[in-house]
Amino acid sequence: MTHEKLTMAQALNRALRDAMAEDPSVLMFGEDVGPLGGVFRITDGLTAEFGEERCFDTPLAESGIVGLAVGMAMNGMRPVVEMQFDAFAYPAFEQVVSHVAKLRNRTRGAVTVPMVIRVPYAGGIGGVEHHCDSSESYYAHTPGLHVLAPANAADAYGLLREAIASPDPVVFLEPKKLYWSKEEVDLAAPVPGIGKAAVVREGTDATLIAYGPSVPTALEAAEVAAQDGRSLQVVDVRSIVPFDDATVCEAVRSTGRAVVVAEAVGFASVSSEIVARVTERCFHSLAAPIRRVTGFDIPFPPPKLEHFQLPGVDRILDAVDDLQWEDS
Amino acid sequence: MTRDPAALLPSAEPVMLIDPSGAPTGLADVPDDDTMLAAYGALVAARRLNDQAYALVRQGRLAVYPSSHGQEACQVAAAQVLGADDWLFPTYRDTVAAVTRGVDPVEVLVLLKGDWHSGYDPYRTKVAPQATPLATQLLHAVGVGYAAKLRGEPTVVMALCGDGATSEGDFHEALNFAAVFGVPVVFFVQNNEYAISVPLARQSVAPSLAHKGVGYGVPGERVDGNDVAALLAVLGGAVAKARAGEGPQLVEAHTYRMQAHTNADDATRYRQDDEVAAWVERDPLTRAEAYLRGRGALGDDQVTAYAAEADRMAAHVRDGLNRDVEPNPDDLFDFVYARRTPQLEEQAALVADELSREDAR
Repeated sequence: MTHEKLTMAQALNRALRDAMAEDPSVLMFGEDVGPLGGVFRITDGLTAEFGEERCFDTPLAESGIVGLAVGMAMNGMRPVVEMQFDAFAYPAFEQVVSHVAKLRNRTRGAVTVPMVIRVPYAGGIGGVEHHCDSSESYYAHTPGLHVLAPANAADAYGLLREAIASPDPVVFLEPKKLYWSKEEVDLAAPVPGIGKAAVVREGTDATLIAYGPSVPTALEAAEVAAQDGRSLQVVDVRSIVPFDDATVCEAVRSTGRAVVVAEAVGFASVSSEIVARVTERCFHSLAAPIRRVTGFDIPFPPPKLEHFQLPGVDRILDAVDDLQWEDS
Repeated sequence: MTRDPAALLPSAEPVMLIDPSGAPTGLADVPDDDTMLAAYGALVAARRLNDQAYALVRQGRLAVYPSSHGQEACQVAAAQVLGADDWLFPTYRDTVAAVTRGVDPVEVLVLLKGDWHSGYDPYRTKVAPQATPLATQLLHAVGVGYAAKLRGEPTVVMALCGDGATSEGDFHEALNFAAVFGVPVVFFVQNNEYAISVPLARQSVAPSLAHKGVGYGVPGERVDGNDVAALLAVLGGAVAKARAGEGPQLVEAHTYRMQAHTNADDATRYRQDDEVAAWVERDPLTRAEAYLRGRGALGDDQVTAYAAEADRMAAHVRDGLNRDVEPNPDDLFDFVYARRTPQLEEQAALVADELSREDAR
């Protein structure tokens, strides 16, 4: 047991370093990921340690980056690519949707493309336009991809290691605003794997369901609610695809009330999918319709307005208050 | 520093070693008779396969067939210049190239028969799945080549696309990535004058498509796409340069799509019959035959023998496509991921339940 105080950024860096040290077929490439170490320093020191054949800068073209990764994965490598920002991943969309996600199915399992597409994502850092999108629904809507969103440093390390080892392609969404949050981590301690949600705070009155950047906000809301005498359970989805119906539904059944919290636009989204799934499975356990606290159905606002768009503690607690409590 | 572009420029005219009448042009040596006979045999098979597949569409055994009739020399040469450890990246129009490289034609046609999206194991013959989206596969070709290069393997990748695909962004990204990383890929553009209905003039006003290499530091060459001798020489030379570490190469073949885009297309809406007729005289098969006969390297007996062999292949194709394969609904769910997700298990169970109720009826 070696507990260390690490930021999520450092945990991700450690995961890449350990995976590259363990398996020579693991490569890291993208824009500015070489000597600079990435604009968020997630790849810091990897080129120096493993050489420029293992961690390298590419020309500035995202479709090229992902398409190159497809070919390298076809030919025995395990590429990890970085899309510099969420909205800058869109030029790669055709490669992701038409090839990364479909090659295994197209070839009846003959061609597999194990790769990780790392995407620094979501807002909360005062970023200007094109730097704050929550793009998870696009990927989650595409069969053939796994979609993960860690919310703490331990999961960032554990899930990234598992993503790199996975035989299936993974879109790995890294909440930018959590990159610098420090916590005690034991990197050797196993975390729940791909496909597993986790109850991160026990509670009995209602369940908050969140993932990625919204988990710390949900935990904060639960803390405030506790001071008001209301016991909120918090579930961290962790793995958007595959989705852990069992853990989420067991949690909701235990409280009978739920609020889904997500930063992304709410319409036709992961949050609406969660509401639909839980309602289909837990209808008779529900004391109230499931509420959602999501981003509004608008393009992500400029920095000075972004606090209106981000789910906050007050908005979450207002939604909780609306869950048809018998005493109110 | 400005690098001298002169070395990257293609020849002023497409390289032609045998003229349409079958006479050597004298520009350079024609490949030896054994190589030319092998190419001729493959051309006969190629034409037969195109004709057979076209007929199978009319009989309803194939959903559709994008024919390479008229482009067979490109198809044959692209496959024949490769070694066993090289890779071929074909498009939907390159059925014949895949077959020439050794894929069972029945397996290649699975896509168009509709049994599955792809019917062959790409690793067995090192032929990637046929690409339907345009130009996306060129980047995969660069990735396969780069992985091989990093491991020190002498693999060369032949990446095929058409004139229309040169307008796609991935064409440019692929050439640029390959050039920057020095990847041994031969980008082979079959310029057949049309992207479905849109003529070349609406794709590009570059001096030629081979000139596009200059912008990426990739040498370009132009070749008569109906002269199999020139194609073997030019593509063979490009493969040799790529293998020798000279980086990616771009080759443009000038050819013509003799038939419509697919059987579903009506070419009379966008081009004139006399334009098509002019290309009949440049047919790649009759040109190769005239050359070999002129040298006394090919006689009637051999022509008959090659035709008989092609007929046997066509019979194999008919047999294979006339056999109905019972679709297995489990296939819908088994290849999406390495293991079915819990959600896919539920959905597969739903289909199984539907089927069991149908059976009970």
